[in-house]
Amino acid sequence: MLMQKSTENGVLLDVRDLETHFFGEESVTRALGGISFQVKKGETLGVVGESGCGKSVTALSILRLLPKLTARTVGGEVRFHGRDLLALSDREMRRIRGDHIAMIFQDPMTSLNPVYTVGRQIAEAVQIHSDASRSVAMAKAEEMLRLVRIADPDRRVHNYPHEMSGGMRQRAMIAMALACSPELLIADEPTTALDVTIQAQILRLIVDLKERTGTSVMFITHDLGVVAETCQRVIVMYAGRIVEQAQVNDLFARPAHPYTQGLMRSVPDRRQGRQRRLPEIPGIVPSLREPIVGCSFAPRCPFAIDICREKTPILRDVKPGHAAACWRSEEVIGA
Amino acid sequence: MAAYILRRLVSTVAVMAIVGIFIFLLLRLAPGDPAAIIAGRSATEEIIAGIREQLGLNDPMPVQFLRWVRDMLGGDFGTSIFAGRPVLELISQRLEPTLSLSILTMILAVTVGVSFGILAAWRTGGIVDRLLAAFSALGYSVPVFVSGYFLIYFFAIRTHWLPVQGYVPIDSGLGPWFVHLILPTVALSLAYIAFIARVTRASMLEVLSEDYMRTAAAKGASSYAMLFHHALKNAGVPILTVIGISFAYLIGGVVLTETVFNIPGIGRLVVDAINNRDYPIIQSVLILTSGLYVLVNLTIDLAYTLIDPRIRY
Ligand SMILES: Nc1ncnc2c1ncn2[C@@H]1O[C@H](COP(=O)(O)OP(=O)(O)OP(=O)(O)O)[C@@H](O)[C@H]1O
Ligand code: SF4
Ligand SMILES: [Mg+2]
Repeated sequence: MLMQKSTENGVLLDVRDLETHFFGEESVTRALGGISFQVKKGETLGVVGESGCGKSVTALSILRLLPKLTARTVGGEVRFHGRDLLALSDREMRRIRGDHIAMIFQDPMTSLNPVYTVGRQIAEAVQIHSDASRSVAMAKAEEMLRLVRIADPDRRVHNYPHEMSGGMRQRAMIAMALACSPELLIADEPTTALDVTIQAQILRLIVDLKERTGTSVMFITHDLGVVAETCQRVIVMYAGRIVEQAQVNDLFARPAHPYTQGLMRSVPDRRQGRQRRLPEIPGIVPSLREPIVGCSFAPRCPFAIDICREKTPILRDVKPGHAAACWRSEEVIGA
Repeated sequence: MAAYILRRLVSTVAVMAIVGIFIFLLLRLAPGDPAAIIAGRSATEEIIAGIREQLGLNDPMPVQFLRWVRDMLGGDFGTSIFAGRPVLELISQRLEPTLSLSILTMILAVTVGVSFGILAAWRTGGIVDRLLAAFSALGYSVPVFVSGYFLIYFFAIRTHWLPVQGYVPIDSGLGPWFVHLILPTVALSLAYIAFIARVTRASMLEVLSEDYMRTAAAKGASSYAMLFHHALKNAGVPILTVIGISFAYLIGGVVLTETVFNIPGIGRLVVDAINNRDYPIIQSVLILTSGLYVLVNLTIDLAYTLIDPRIRY
């Protein structure tokens, strides 16, 4: 398939009404309840939300990497350069993965294959998407390790993953992801599993490389602090839906959804050791196994009123480029 | 690594010494007097006593044991009581059929078993997977003499496609040699195919759900590369282990198969030797197969390091 690497109107990825379900023994989990968003060329889009809100499922749905037996995207479109990825054949989809859209994962300790050298795994990505010889691909791997600032790249290409630290492995993952100069990099909590000091280094590296290569980035995190440091725009997810979407500045200045406000109040202080996994908003997340009536945040929301429990709020603009799914956004902003 | 090999060799010697004591005692303490057997039914007490003296059976056990070990190390495995010929000569005459059957069986069992397991894991619940479940239930529970006679009936007696029984040495032609080995190899392989396929499937399934498999998919790797490049090598250690275990069980299966298919191999030699209480043969075959088994295991342990770089000795 020919993919023009240029785009009109600056939209690289256009996700529309994406709906993904997990099929259990006797129940269906609606992990994504129809979400729509765009990633523009060259921008970094943050995706935030508590654990289990559907961030990873969103990423895996885009790349069609969901577990085959249990999960299926049942509706929506994922338009990349205008073409719906969900309609591609498996073979066409493989050409997209790694070459046009690359992904890095949360846990660098388990994301690399333990029985092959790091260099070989990076070279593999190069060889899948080009007709480079093994030696050319290995040279490229070494170059990529240098790019992600691993010391002694000529030696490190021959290392096995277990011979590297966590931070170094995540750098190697980044090197692998960027080896084919993808247009979109999806980073799924790339620093969560790392030590605090290493986290900062990896974040800086991603921001830096992004600026140098012009790659668009979808940055998944549960940490609004990270969003503030790395992203231009942000979507906030709750229970498989997008509840707020804004420029980062606008979001921090005037959060229009009570859930976003709650997240902000609980932004962990990253100087004091490891961040907390769950922001402390009282109340429980609704089960995704039953259809949710009304606003999914209502049981935890200090602003909730009758209509919230009866009708589901849809995402609507509170100002151009800033949308929230809340009946009382205006009051929430003022609060 | 060198230190490890040395350590393993030392422990191999220790293991073999213990195995040797067991084999030695087992047969000394078993009923039946070898001297009386050699002498024959009509022999007098004096003749038997003479033979006993000649064989050194009157010496204390430890002396007999040490003499036996010393002779073996010198390449003398004794003389067959029944045939009156050196045991080593008898064994080497029977080696070719047994080795042929064993090697063909291992090749068939490993290639078919591993491929079967991989395909079953690739599409769990699919046709291949369900076929494997049914096949392995059969493969485990049907003994060689049942599957063997069944195969003989259909592929030799009914259809005349293959010879019924017997063995043709390899120098009489590769074709006849192979044709005669097809049925015994298949009969003997069934259980090992089931065993290896089951372990391969389980081990592949575990590996396929690992994070690095998703990483490989995210790179754009093909299903083939995912299965055979990324998954198989990670699943290799348990697979190699069961191949080693299969090898250990092989000797028992070979004895049965050689009987069913009338193959003049080591298995038949042993069965005849047991019937004749031909101690030197029984002892020698036992000690040699034990030694072979220990060596195979050592080789497999060393092969682990080739598969998994995290394993270092
Ligand atoms: N393998 C699975 N089997 C069944 N349900 C799943 C599975 N993975 C995810 N889900 C469902 O999808 C929902 C979203 O999961 P997802 O992994 O996308 O969360 P997340 O936002 O990435 O959380 P985290 O911050 O913990 O990574 C979960 O709440 C769960 O109900
Ligand atoms: S819609 Fe109602 S319950 Fe939902 S977030 Fe807004 S105010 Fe709270
Ligand atoms: Mg996740």
